[in-house]
Amino acid sequence: MPRVQLFEVTKYFGDNLVLDQVDLSVAQHEVVCLIGASGSGKSTLLRCINRLVKADYGDICLDDVPVTDERFGKVGLHKRIGIVFQSYNLFPHLTVLDNLTLAPRKVHGKSKKEAEAQALAQLDRFGMGSFAKAYPEQLSGGQQQRVAFVRALMNKPDVLLLDEVTAALDPELVGEVLGIIKELKAQGMTMIIVTHEMGFARDVADRVCFLEGGRILEEGDPHQMFSAPQHERTRAFLDRIIEAGRL
Amino acid sequence: MTHSHLPEQGPSGGATRRPPPPPPGRTFDWREALAPSLISIVSIVVVFGAMAWVITSAEQWPRIKLQFFNIDAMVAAFPRVLQGFWINMSIWLIVLACILFLGIALAVIRSLRAPWFAPFRLMVILYIDLFRGLPVLLLVLLFGFGIPALNLPGLPSSSLFWGAVAMVLSYSAYVCEIYRSGIDAVHEGQWAAAKSLGLTEWQTMIYTILPQALRNVLPAMMNIVVALQKDVALLSIIGVRDAVREAQIYTASTFNYSSLIVAAGLFLLATIPMARLADYVTQRDRARRLQIGG
Repeated sequence: MPRVQLFEVTKYFGDNLVLDQVDLSVAQHEVVCLIGASGSGKSTLLRCINRLVKADYGDICLDDVPVTDERFGKVGLHKRIGIVFQSYNLFPHLTVLDNLTLAPRKVHGKSKKEAEAQALAQLDRFGMGSFAKAYPEQLSGGQQQRVAFVRALMNKPDVLLLDEVTAALDPELVGEVLGIIKELKAQGMTMIIVTHEMGFARDVADRVCFLEGGRILEEGDPHQMFSAPQHERTRAFLDRIIEAGRL
Repeated sequence: MTHSHLPEQGPSGGATRRPPPPPPGRTFDWREALAPSLISIVSIVVVFGAMAWVITSAEQWPRIKLQFFNIDAMVAAFPRVLQGFWINMSIWLIVLACILFLGIALAVIRSLRAPWFAPFRLMVILYIDLFRGLPVLLLVLLFGFGIPALNLPGLPSSSLFWGAVAMVLSYSAYVCEIYRSGIDAVHEGQWAAAKSLGLTEWQTMIYTILPQALRNVLPAMMNIVVALQKDVALLSIIGVRDAVREAQIYTASTFNYSSLIVAAGLFLLATIPMARLADYVTQRDRARRLQIGG
């Protein structure tokens, strides 16, 4: 059964067509990577799924229930779908611990004690236990991104959306974040990943989708896609990536 | 580890390669420290000395001195002016508290994006246009004399109260815009992050955006606090017996203006420390930003 399904999702920014009738289906435990040039609509597609961006046309379903359904309420959808951003987007005025417990306490009504215990356990799991009282600006980019992962996982979501999570990191810090994603895959997390790390996409993805001009031009098995792309545009894109030394 | 003193072996020399010692700390140089202070003291003495010389050499100076800088008159006027000055300070604190609160409420209403806030947003914009577009002095006169004359049942009829209301309404319009610029300066990603965690727009504002916005606007707000501290004196024109009013009363009964100088001195005594504090806050804020930016 597909966990996430998109039916002809279309989105305009003004007169600019960003997503053009996109269909996508992601099964449980599946890891799908979205690749493509800047402006191809990858991030917008991701943000449509958890309604950070509202699609103009089309339907998006989580476990066969439209994400606009009242049953999700204001909160349910965000409990089921987590997202991690390129620039971490931690709250700079809150400590790591408060960043993690804000939503569980204010949105999901957990007690401070319960939320903090859970947050500390999760931090330990990601090797960040000693940073609970630190402020985000005191951490390295990789550490901040790890905290952002913990924050997204606090609600135990069914689906995790990753929006270029390594793009803002120094090269030597990329590995630690990619390691987290691999570990989550091993635990069976359903993930939709927007990435420019083609080598990583090849390793971790069950399926790769190449977007251009707001459409999925080609999708398929990563090894087949990267070694023998079917579509001419996909080939051109991958050639440019290889030229830049990123694959 | 060995601590041998073998000669350097170049980059491949391994363990024996040692970095040069840190450069010696800067020693305190009297000349370096004194020169700037000396220059500033000398220039202050020269500039203000020249001004004092020009003023005191004026033909009418002895008469002015008697009327404006009469020590006896100053001593005589001081208790009344000081009493009025306490009124200034209490009005300042109360009005300030009201302004900071009303300004934030207006800014929040104006910054919320949900569609059903639209009428409230429009009202706030109207309010700001109106009260920023009128001189404070005019508002104080209209409110201080006009509203008590209406004799509205159940509402206070004191000029002081309505004059203070006019100050609050006028200043809140400016303060609202300062808060709003601070709210706008918070990165869009913060809204996205809060929303993705399930926070409502209101919760996002209270728990994530506003705390950051307040930090952003602190220096600008300190400026307003200093400006308000002396603008409270505007209430003297509707008969509030503040420092300026008391000084004028003294002037009217004795034909001596020294009481005004006393009031001026008291204001400076209060505003200069506030201005220093504002500078300090601004500087600390700048240091914090640079640290983050770097």
